[in-house]
Amino acid sequence: MSSFRAPPRKGENFELAADLNSEYRDKRKDAIKRVIANMTVGKDVSGLFPDVLKNMQTEDLEQKKLVYLYLMNYAKTQPELVILAVNTFVKDTDDPNPLVRALAIRTMGCLRAEKIIDYLCDPLQKCLKDDNPYVRKTAALCVAKLYDLKPELVIENGFLEQLREMISDSNPMVVANTVAALSDIHVAAVAAGVPRDQFAITTEVVNKLLVALNECSEWGRVAILNALSRYEAEDSGESEHICERVVPQFQHANASVVLSAIKVVMIHMRGINSENVTKTLIRKMAPPLVTLLSNPPEVQWVALRNINLLLQKRSDILSNEMRVFFCKYNDPLYVKVEKLDIMVRLATEKNVDPLLSELKEYAQEVDVDFVRRSIKAIGQTAVKIDEAAERCVNVLLELIGSRVSYVVQEAVVVMKDIFRKYPSTYEGVIPTLCANLDELDEPEAKAALIWIIGEYAKKIDNADELLGIFVDTFIEESYPVQLQTLTAVVKLYLQKPESSQGLVQKVLNTATKDCDSPDVRDRAYIYWRLLSTDPGAAKAVVLAIRPPITIPRTTVSAALLDELLGEIPLLASVYHKPAETFVGRGRIGADAVPKKELADERLAAQKALQTVAAGQQAENLLDFSEDTANDGQPSGLAATTVLTSTPAAANLLSGTSSNPLDDLVSIFGSASLGASPAPPANANPLGGFGFGASPALMGASPVTPSVLQPATPVVPPQPQAPAQPTQPQDDLLGLF
Amino acid sequence: MISGFFIFNQKGEVLISRLYRTDLKRSIADVFRIQVVSNSDVRSPIITLGSTSFFHVRANNLYIVAVTKCNANAALVFEFCYRFITIAKSYFGKVDEEAVKNNFVLIYELIDEIIDFGYPQNSEADTLKTYITTESVVSSSIAAEESSKITTQATGSTNWRRGDVKYKKNEAFVDVVETVNLSMSAKGTILRADVDGHIMMRAYLSGTPECKFGLNDKLVIDKSERGASDAVELDDCRFHQCVRLDEFDSDRTISFVPPDGEFELMRYRSTTNVKLPLKVMPTVTEIGTTQVSYVVTVKTNFNNKLSATNVVVRIPTPLNTTSVDCKVALGKAKYVPAENVVVWKQVSSFAVSLLPYSCVPPVTRIPRIQGGQEVTFSGTAQLTSTTHRQVWARPPIDVDFQVLMFTASGLIVRFLKVFEKSNYHSVKWVRYLTKASGTYQIRVSGRLFFNQYHVEYGWLTSHFLMKF
Repeated sequence: MSSFRAPPRKGENFELAADLNSEYRDKRKDAIKRVIANMTVGKDVSGLFPDVLKNMQTEDLEQKKLVYLYLMNYAKTQPELVILAVNTFVKDTDDPNPLVRALAIRTMGCLRAEKIIDYLCDPLQKCLKDDNPYVRKTAALCVAKLYDLKPELVIENGFLEQLREMISDSNPMVVANTVAALSDIHVAAVAAGVPRDQFAITTEVVNKLLVALNECSEWGRVAILNALSRYEAEDSGESEHICERVVPQFQHANASVVLSAIKVVMIHMRGINSENVTKTLIRKMAPPLVTLLSNPPEVQWVALRNINLLLQKRSDILSNEMRVFFCKYNDPLYVKVEKLDIMVRLATEKNVDPLLSELKEYAQEVDVDFVRRSIKAIGQTAVKIDEAAERCVNVLLELIGSRVSYVVQEAVVVMKDIFRKYPSTYEGVIPTLCANLDELDEPEAKAALIWIIGEYAKKIDNADELLGIFVDTFIEESYPVQLQTLTAVVKLYLQKPESSQGLVQKVLNTATKDCDSPDVRDRAYIYWRLLSTDPGAAKAVVLAIRPPITIPRTTVSAALLDELLGEIPLLASVYHKPAETFVGRGRIGADAVPKKELADERLAAQKALQTVAAGQQAENLLDFSEDTANDGQPSGLAATTVLTSTPAAANLLSGTSSNPLDDLVSIFGSASLGASPAPPANANPLGGFGFGASPALMGASPVTPSVLQPATPVVPPQPQAPAQPTQPQDDLLGLF
Repeated sequence: MISGFFIFNQKGEVLISRLYRTDLKRSIADVFRIQVVSNSDVRSPIITLGSTSFFHVRANNLYIVAVTKCNANAALVFEFCYRFITIAKSYFGKVDEEAVKNNFVLIYELIDEIIDFGYPQNSEADTLKTYITTESVVSSSIAAEESSKITTQATGSTNWRRGDVKYKKNEAFVDVVETVNLSMSAKGTILRADVDGHIMMRAYLSGTPECKFGLNDKLVIDKSERGASDAVELDDCRFHQCVRLDEFDSDRTISFVPPDGEFELMRYRSTTNVKLPLKVMPTVTEIGTTQVSYVVTVKTNFNNKLSATNVVVRIPTPLNTTSVDCKVALGKAKYVPAENVVVWKQVSSFAVSLLPYSCVPPVTRIPRIQGGQEVTFSGTAQLTSTTHRQVWARPPIDVDFQVLMFTASGLIVRFLKVFEKSNYHSVKWVRYLTKASGTYQIRVSGRLFFNQYHVEYGWLTSHFLMKF
């Protein structure tokens, strides 16, 4: 056989082939090990297929496993040769040793070769009814493997019905694997657009699962808890019953069991009417959540991300536990950052003092990113708790006193937010801020300071001098700084026209003539015209009083939050994004994905955009105008979109998430780009005036084509259809 | 679920690669190498690219990586990675590149057994050892009957225990190990003091013993049912999977059939009434800009029959320290320039006589601090005047120690009852240990803000001052 496949006459593979055919058992086994080692490091050993295959029939279980391992890797490349192995496999499934039977059925499911699948059904049928639970639990998962390869075969052979019966199996491990297999099939079926629910969870099933829950292995518990979370309880009593049975799992040593149990309770708690029961459940949830923090850092991080979500829904869960979130000196950065966020969430008037002294401590650490976030957290605390604002400002002043460049810059940005929230309260600090003018080299910090100067131009004696510095270097500055300078100078002029006549002229001249950003030019023209035609109107526009900012309680919209809470501790809840944004359609591969409803695609894209928008909003937490300027007005053309059927869309329409991108989405969604009304005056974080929408537009533009695409009436030819719509998600990921 | 499992070495070379599902290609390993191993700025343990997510944990010089293509259970994947490390440790001692290379056949066999189609299966090392062995001869010679026994046990409701365990002498050892987490501010206020407790058990008991475990009489496990103020309060506890959680939930009894050998029976957390075994009082004063003087006093805070052993105090010094002269009455203190710390520890009786300040009377040559004793370190660090700007994070003073027969939470094991069919007599032992390693931290005050200096000395000096 090997002769006409013409293997190389020398070299390692040739030697291996010789050894594989050796008459000595040890030599053969050793050769197989070397083949596997080569396979692992990525060398191509597929040429040895027939030689390895010869060693399959053996009494030695270890050798058998190695040969099987080889087969699993190369079966797909050598389909016509795999058929030679079938006989041994089928024979093995009749072996008196259950380990051999299970091994055979497990491996057959992994071969991924069309030819062998047809021979799989009969042995599988047998193994599903095997006396030995170990064989049965292996066979149960094999059904899921088969469904992955050829769903028709599973349905034709009635394996699904068999699996559903196996939920009543006496062995907990078999039940757990059956549940895992059915859930896997369910997910695959949903992705493939099969209308029928392949794993309907009825009251009867739930009762069986609740019994098995206490007996099976930790991994099995996770599978069962996941299935329980999909069940829709009939009444309050049933929800209560389920919660009661699941709560003991909070004490499990495995973090995934604890978090999955919390998910089930969070979901079924919605159905409980009694306020007291809900309170007790919430109270029981707190200690295990805190205990999760004594896990390894990776698990801690997953727990923290989920705690963050839970707090957005129920801010009372951990109200007394802020201290446990204090960062340890040797925590990894990703853990520290999450802890920081949670601490701010838990901040109240009572615990703000220890929090502030912690944050001040963190602001003196080495990692620049962490220091910046700590300073941001101080600002967020100030905006969140009115009573603590003054203490926060004092801490910030101390930090500015350190004169470390990035500390000062971040503190200036944060101060700007505090001015937004408490206008004219802390004017005393302005001199300190202005004293650090030379230290600033980052656009954001510069822009913030310029905004402050512009805002309080009336009270700063040398405002014209200070702004003059920026006007002199106008062309070299980045666009946000230019925009800010422009606005600030106009503000100054409107308040102190006598001293800044020249300055305003100069800046308008430079901006309109020498500046290459259309935004800056446009804004300058508008100001110019306003000032020259109607200074009164200019005053009304530029010096309008902005409503104070607040900290949004949630970083995701309410509907999305509920959805994500149902996905604890899955990746979606870790990323705070719906699964569609990072999981490609059809795990089976693009060619096998049936055509999806276009509307569905569009929805997914919208959802994705929305999350991204929400994410951005979270990042700009303290940036200006976002929610405030936009809150009152109806959300543009959003009302014309038709997608009200889903929570995400409904939420999009109700305007709960007040991000400019939402509006953009709906504008593009309705495919009437030209008809968009004046964009909301908010996308620019600082400007009191509204030309900021265009940067946002630019930011969104790579996305728009893909959003538009599904909306076009022409249905693309079917084979390509599935591949194209997957694009938006990937794009989005790349973008953000 | 888990689509692939990989082990990489430090350089990003693949040591183990196993795909469980059809949605991955082997070449995905290259993506991980490029994105994580050769990327120095990885800021998350999960990396998602397109629809592929990489979960990685580090073990010695290895990356243990699980790859998924779906909305996977993140907590489960990490727990699994750590479980793999535990299993590997119990099979071949330590987990490093060499061990993985030497045992790669065994590892393949193991990871095939503990994951099927991406779903973790039985992962109890004790049971796995009954049918996945290092000597292949054994596995082939297992009679069919024998393996059916093994498999039934491996899938049964007590899958962590073999049924045929026999000991001549039936013994059970219980170790209560408490790790104290302390974070104290420079001013001496306690920011955080809590106890992470582990109850480790080594059970050498025949048959299928039914155990019942009892803790303090005045034990409060749920905060809301707070009782007397002197009660031991546990904020939360978690149990090994052998403990019947439903029974614990209903009447607070801890009953279980233990695995054979060593295992962690229970983990708990306590934040109230924590008795801190060591009090550390640091005074750090700056003398001019070239000297910093330290006085660090450690006082033991427990019964004088007990003593603290393995005490190591790490006192961080500024980055531009040239030398530190140390004065200690007990133990030995040395400046370690590479880590920028003064390490002060108890030394063996042999080394004590070599101490420069050998005012240690011969009787107290035992390297330990007795209860109620107070020891002091004093030293002065000489600093070079540097123009070179370097940020110093001012790490906290860190104390490691062990105190035997002492629990910081006050937890006591009241009883351990063993019931078995054959009604044998069993001997039970209990030990207590309270320790800290890297968790007992006292912050050093930072004299960060001296505005008057800014004016006088400008940037350089002010930054220099920031170091203390």
